[in-house]
Amino acid sequence: MAGILDFSPDDRCNAFITACTGAAFGDGALAGIAVAINDNISTAGIQTTCASRILEGYIPPYDAHAVELLKQEGAAIVGKTNMDEFGMGSTTGTSAFGPTRNPIDPERVPGGSSGGSAAAVAAGLVPMALGTDADGSIRCPAAFCGIVGLKPTYGRVSRYGLIAHAGSLEQIGPMARTVEDVSRLISVITRYDPRDSMMLDQPYSHRPSADVSDLKIGIPTEYFGEGVDMRIATTVRDAIDVLEGLGAETTPVSIPSVRYAPAACCVICASEVSSNLARFDGVRYGPAVDTRKPWHEAYREVRQANLGPEARLRIMLGTLTLSAGYAGKYYAKALAARQRITRDFERVFCDVDVIAGPTTPTVAFRPGEKVSPLSIAGTLTAPANLAGIPAISVPCGDVDGLPVGLQVMGRRFEDERVIDVAYAYEQEVRS
Amino acid sequence: MKTIIGLEVHVQLATATKLFCGCSTDYQDDNPNTHCCPTCLGLPGALPCLNKRAVEYGLRVAKALDMKVLEESEFARKNYFYPDLVKAYQITQDDRPLAVEGTIEIEDDQGHEKIVRITRVHLEEDPGRLVHVAGASKYSLVDYNRSGIPLLEIVTEPDMRSPQEARRFLNKLRTILEYLEVFDGDREGGLRVDANISLEGSERVEVKNISSYKGVEKALTFEVTRQRNLLRRGLAVARETRHFMEGRGITTSSRGKEEAHDYRYFPDPDLGPLRVAGWVAGIDLPELPTARRDRFMEQYGVSLNHARTLTGDLRLADFYEEIAGTDPVLAATWVADILLGELNYRTMGIAAVPPGHITELLDLLRAGTITDRAGVQVLREMLDACAEDRPCERPAAIIEREGLSRASGDEFTSLVRAVVAANPQAVEDYRNGKEGALNFLVGQVMKETRGRADPRELRRIVSESIKMGEV
Repeated sequence: MAGILDFSPDDRCNAFITACTGAAFGDGALAGIAVAINDNISTAGIQTTCASRILEGYIPPYDAHAVELLKQEGAAIVGKTNMDEFGMGSTTGTSAFGPTRNPIDPERVPGGSSGGSAAAVAAGLVPMALGTDADGSIRCPAAFCGIVGLKPTYGRVSRYGLIAHAGSLEQIGPMARTVEDVSRLISVITRYDPRDSMMLDQPYSHRPSADVSDLKIGIPTEYFGEGVDMRIATTVRDAIDVLEGLGAETTPVSIPSVRYAPAACCVICASEVSSNLARFDGVRYGPAVDTRKPWHEAYREVRQANLGPEARLRIMLGTLTLSAGYAGKYYAKALAARQRITRDFERVFCDVDVIAGPTTPTVAFRPGEKVSPLSIAGTLTAPANLAGIPAISVPCGDVDGLPVGLQVMGRRFEDERVIDVAYAYEQEVRS
Repeated sequence: MKTIIGLEVHVQLATATKLFCGCSTDYQDDNPNTHCCPTCLGLPGALPCLNKRAVEYGLRVAKALDMKVLEESEFARKNYFYPDLVKAYQITQDDRPLAVEGTIEIEDDQGHEKIVRITRVHLEEDPGRLVHVAGASKYSLVDYNRSGIPLLEIVTEPDMRSPQEARRFLNKLRTILEYLEVFDGDREGGLRVDANISLEGSERVEVKNISSYKGVEKALTFEVTRQRNLLRRGLAVARETRHFMEGRGITTSSRGKEEAHDYRYFPDPDLGPLRVAGWVAGIDLPELPTARRDRFMEQYGVSLNHARTLTGDLRLADFYEEIAGTDPVLAATWVADILLGELNYRTMGIAAVPPGHITELLDLLRAGTITDRAGVQVLREMLDACAEDRPCERPAAIIEREGLSRASGDEFTSLVRAVVAANPQAVEDYRNGKEGALNFLVGQVMKETRGRADPRELRRIVSESIKMGEV
């Protein structure tokens, strides 16, 4: 039943950077389903910008592994969604192609960095999308826009073709309106790819189960304390009560090291950014360098003119944190914190099966309301990236009409379990 | 004043594909930018995937040099901007290299064995290549065919004491690498050297990017002279990086061009740790040059010098063993002392020489069919044919055509008689005790026979015939 999907979205939220009016599709598990792709995931023949001027006009000659798999299963790649430039931000406001608005309330941000994908799904433009998540970039916009988003275990989805800003933290993951669709999408994109050396051959083939009896849920005190909106804490607690009602057992846990997560994440991100973004020099792709000038000068000009302020800030920061004399103070310390966080999670997972808490400390805010280099949204999401564990955000009510996300984190390579927990909750409140 | 030299040698490993992608490494005769893919072009999103064979090659070298392979080594990013560097970082190894602490045995300037310590070996990717186009509007082109070619960097301790030692070290290293079948010595730019050189008590100078064996000796010899002269004039040697200008045989300061770099090394997040120490036990090493040298002396009874020369090149050693036959000492003399010189004179490789022809030549020499001198003539005839791609005649055919077989019997006697008769003055002189006159007469006969007579035998016959007063 191969064909061409006619796609002309009413994109009032500016969710798309590139929309493909006619998208080819084929047979398979996702036959004919429109899927939007975050614009930092390479798509052969379709402009891929990472929401940055420095990649404007760049058309990859190859598909990311995840995109290849989607096409193999018949999905129609209908467009490339807006994001914070290179994934750095939590508002989709640092995009070179203008901010994305939250479909729930256009005055508010959709979260980020994968805000375009979240908005496209929430606005009903597509049933599912791929986002990417290095410190919460799938889960934060999923929570703000009231949809489901999964950051898979690190090493579960091939990063080949993902234009990562922080490859050691980042994963491609599914975003959809239902847990079932998230499950469908993840089962397609986890097929093994030897080109990503950090990937393990552990494909997801699982149908969500709503059985949570005998499940032990840990409730970390750090996720309900200072900085977290009381009304969100209450809403999420209520959601966990629902799971308890379904037979799950809850127990308070403590992960004290998560307080280092935002700083550690910030330093590791910036360090990797300074290296990852160095290749954008205008020599091979993107806006062309002025070849009449000495290369040093030409590089400087092209990068100054085409990288946004957030990107430049992080490049400078990361250059410092890796520099001789500073690397020990910053980068090495951040790695030590990361190890400690990983160990703390491992310890907690000896006693509980999953950890549950809010995805974000606030609901969607207005542009300009929150500005922090440590990205406020990352405080509750970044720990999962540092520990490499799977984490899902599922809508669990609202505060003043704005969606709240319940975050469920699990052991490494137990993506199935966090999906089951989210599914159990979703099925219970939906019926 | 003691000269102190340490080397960093970059060797292109002879794998079929690049270090982190499946692109072919066999690009020498191909157009620029035809052996490239998203990974070796550093396209956004492409990832490196380590070539297992390159790791095995690295381990082969580590084992041959008796090194300690790290339980866990690590790839790191070396960050710097340059148009030939696609990702603006090179994937290399920093504080956790593949292997550390090895040795290579060389001869010092007195001909004694000495040990050069190897600090470390590590794997890294080669950058692309800039082609500078001169002319009215100067510009540079970039060829990424070389981007991602696997390099093994071999770092020595500062154990060499002269430019000649450095050259011998490189020759030995190259031989070992060829024996290990991890390196193709014929490949242009396959081996590049950075050399650190200082005179005892003064600052160290790094000479970068020397791309030939001869270049290393030349660059270092120049540096020794330059540094000595500075000190002699009461000036200090500056600690700096210099470039070798092959064409002029000098080094020039590259100060200002390269400021002190902070490469901001950090572990490459796209590649996990490398745990391959366990592979070492399973690696079967071939016989290495030193062992082969000793075996040649033992098995074939050849001299140390001949054994060194013959095993100093893998193909030469193989060639020798193929033709050693029933008289290995004769074969060694001919290959090491004569054939090699003739090959160098023609800048030919041993591969072009048909071994069967040499075996036949040796047989003819041993049987006394031709003299040594005629043998050399036959050899030259054959090599010229090979060098010019003409069909190479067999020695017997050349001897037949050129009439080179040893003069003997009546032919001999009549020749001697003729020469003695034609030179009565010399005969008279010899009779009066002038030994030199005999040499003259022998030389005259030699000339007539075009080397077909054995000079010693000839001398005896001429002398006897004069004494016997046959004339």
